[in-house]
Amino acid sequence: MKMLIKNGHVVDPVAKKDGLFDLLIEDGKIKKWEKRLRVDTVDTIIDAKGLVVTPGLIDLHTHLREPGYEYKETIKTGSMAAAAGGFTTIVCMANTNPVNDNAVITEFITKRAQEEAIVNVLPIGAISKNLEGKAMADIGQMAEAGIVGISDDGRCVMDTALMRKSMQYARGFGLMVVSHAEDECLSGHGSMNEGPVATELGLSGSPNAAEELIVARDIALAELTKAKLHIAHMSSRGSLELVKAAKKRGVSVTCEVTPHHLFLTDEAVRGYNTNASVRPPLRSREDALALRRGIEDGFVDTIATDHAPHASFEKEVEFAQAAHGMVGLETSLALCLKLVQDRSIKLSQLIKLMSANPAHILGLKSKGTLKPGADADIAIFDPNEKWNVDPTKFYSKSRNTPFGGWSLKGKIKYTVVNGKIVYENI
Amino acid sequence: MPAHKKKLNTNPPSQAEGFFLALKEKFTGKLPKDCLEIKSLSRNQIETILDLAQEFKEKEARGQKKHEDLKGKALINIFFEPSTRTRTSFELAGRRLSADMMTIAPQASSLSKGESLKDMIENLEAMGPDLMVVRHAASGAPGLIASYTKAAVVNAGDGSHEHPTQALLDAFTVKEKLGEIQGKHLVIVGDISYSRVARSNIYAFCKLGGKVTCVGPATLIPPGIEKMGAKVETDLDKILPHADAVMFLRIQKERQEKMNFPSIAEYTRFYGMNRTRWAALKKEALIMHPGPINRGVEIEPEIADGRLEGGAQTVILDQVKNGTAVRMAVLSLWGRSK
Repeated sequence: MKMLIKNGHVVDPVAKKDGLFDLLIEDGKIKKWEKRLRVDTVDTIIDAKGLVVTPGLIDLHTHLREPGYEYKETIKTGSMAAAAGGFTTIVCMANTNPVNDNAVITEFITKRAQEEAIVNVLPIGAISKNLEGKAMADIGQMAEAGIVGISDDGRCVMDTALMRKSMQYARGFGLMVVSHAEDECLSGHGSMNEGPVATELGLSGSPNAAEELIVARDIALAELTKAKLHIAHMSSRGSLELVKAAKKRGVSVTCEVTPHHLFLTDEAVRGYNTNASVRPPLRSREDALALRRGIEDGFVDTIATDHAPHASFEKEVEFAQAAHGMVGLETSLALCLKLVQDRSIKLSQLIKLMSANPAHILGLKSKGTLKPGADADIAIFDPNEKWNVDPTKFYSKSRNTPFGGWSLKGKIKYTVVNGKIVYENI
Repeated sequence: MPAHKKKLNTNPPSQAEGFFLALKEKFTGKLPKDCLEIKSLSRNQIETILDLAQEFKEKEARGQKKHEDLKGKALINIFFEPSTRTRTSFELAGRRLSADMMTIAPQASSLSKGESLKDMIENLEAMGPDLMVVRHAASGAPGLIASYTKAAVVNAGDGSHEHPTQALLDAFTVKEKLGEIQGKHLVIVGDISYSRVARSNIYAFCKLGGKVTCVGPATLIPPGIEKMGAKVETDLDKILPHADAVMFLRIQKERQEKMNFPSIAEYTRFYGMNRTRWAALKKEALIMHPGPINRGVEIEPEIADGRLEGGAQTVILDQVKNGTAVRMAVLSLWGRSK
């Protein structure tokens, strides 16, 4: 099977290329690319004139809800949403039902992904059994079954000793530890930022400090255990400062931010908008701007969606009762392209954040780049096409986005996984 | 003549009636669909409500208690949270206006049986009510309900958000006793963090030209309350001599003792109204409480009962009494606008 992608503007920060190239794909791998390729026989030709061709996007943080919550999302529908958003590899969190805390569930997820998913799905295992924060999950056996890291995401491991041991243990299996940083004693599980808006709305708020305390704790534990630490959905400027300082000391820590923490503030909650209910909560303008500066400075490693599908009945309730989180796979790239349109960062930097860096964090050498020999996972998008976010058109089963009605620029035209077109929109 | 009697409305009734009728007509066109918060009402709208309440109160004094403003209109009071005062007050107001009224108190358990708030309201909506009065423990719930019904929703207190009719009756009481709100200083004492009464009163008094200071333990002053227009103080004794009205908020004993202050005794020592503090007040100052009172905690029993003479007066029962007239005004205006 051969595929030729012609006339595209190829952006590959790993290969340090940013220009017009033709790309030849053979048997699921990148074969070669040149300014002008002449190929006699190919099975498929994509004319990418006027389009940007990049390594497929990689999302370190999604919730696919299967098994257990198939009414919100399935591995299949989540992977379709991913493909529509230009993602070719997604990492799914362990808070399914039952929880992915043992090899049987891990095997179920990987098997189901092989059968039904149209993009690569890599599972994360739980840190603790049933996410209860009490006893270590079957980390080694899950590693054998294919998890790429461990996390109790959605819950914070409040027992510091357990966190320390889990990090030590995970290091033995080469697994990264993803921290949902939220001091639950301080946050009260709040999905609203503590501050003037929460005060006005009469909602109890979670302060930045609830996140920063755990970021500081887990950095200290990473220094102690030498484990690979990754801070999930970082929302506060104080957390960013902690990560910066740790990186400068040489601690093995990486971090992600989400599009919603970059482009929204707690003002979005006004009107008790449950689609803006998320943990960690949407913060102040100062926090959002600091995170953007962190992206410009290169201290933020990746942008992850924290794609969290919920059914409408779980959102059409009192704010304090609403399920936390929002879908993000289908809006992430177009939102993040704003950073390029605003000239905050270059397109190649964005692709680094959304593909090369997460591939590196996962230790995937054949992804995150289009170098010859790499997996043919490719995103092709029109950087100029304008579109309005219409949640009813999502491939995801759920519609819970605070970005409905937003006008965005940049639309995925093709997504290629292992040399096959899995999504096209022309 | 005591200050609070100076500006009582002495217009002859017939003239007043015509005036208020014209005012009502002019006003109802601009009303928001629901009465959810003081925040979104203009000074003009608040004053119109207070004027209409004044009219109802005067009519009652003349023996004219029953009105037909809501004749043929269906009013459902939905109290998700227990309430004696507010519920009775709304019920009386509804009956006085001749509404077809019923009150339901859904148990939290029936909602947990799988019926969501949305389901429940959509079922009630199918019966075509004109007005819904809602009390709910969750901030924002009346607004959520309003989005599922064509009825005008009146917020009877939601979580820690707002309690608009309480603020209106408080403003009415202060205006009645002191003549006006303009330039008057309201001091709110206690648990500001969780208080919907505090929030609505901050908006109401600031909009009407008064000023508001919130006093309480630092743990119960929410961040950014200044942005709503209030000043913040932790020393009650410092502020008392400057107050025209002092409102004490109920301390939820169950909730507070664990974290927000060490003991009720310590709270009372710093924030309770006692004889010494009473003596420091201006002679014409008002002592208020939205109820229910913890006697001996927020206010010493004798002061709560208004037994001390020759100084600041306790108007707690005036607040309750005025509640009916104010709620009649709100129901009448929002019932008509439907």
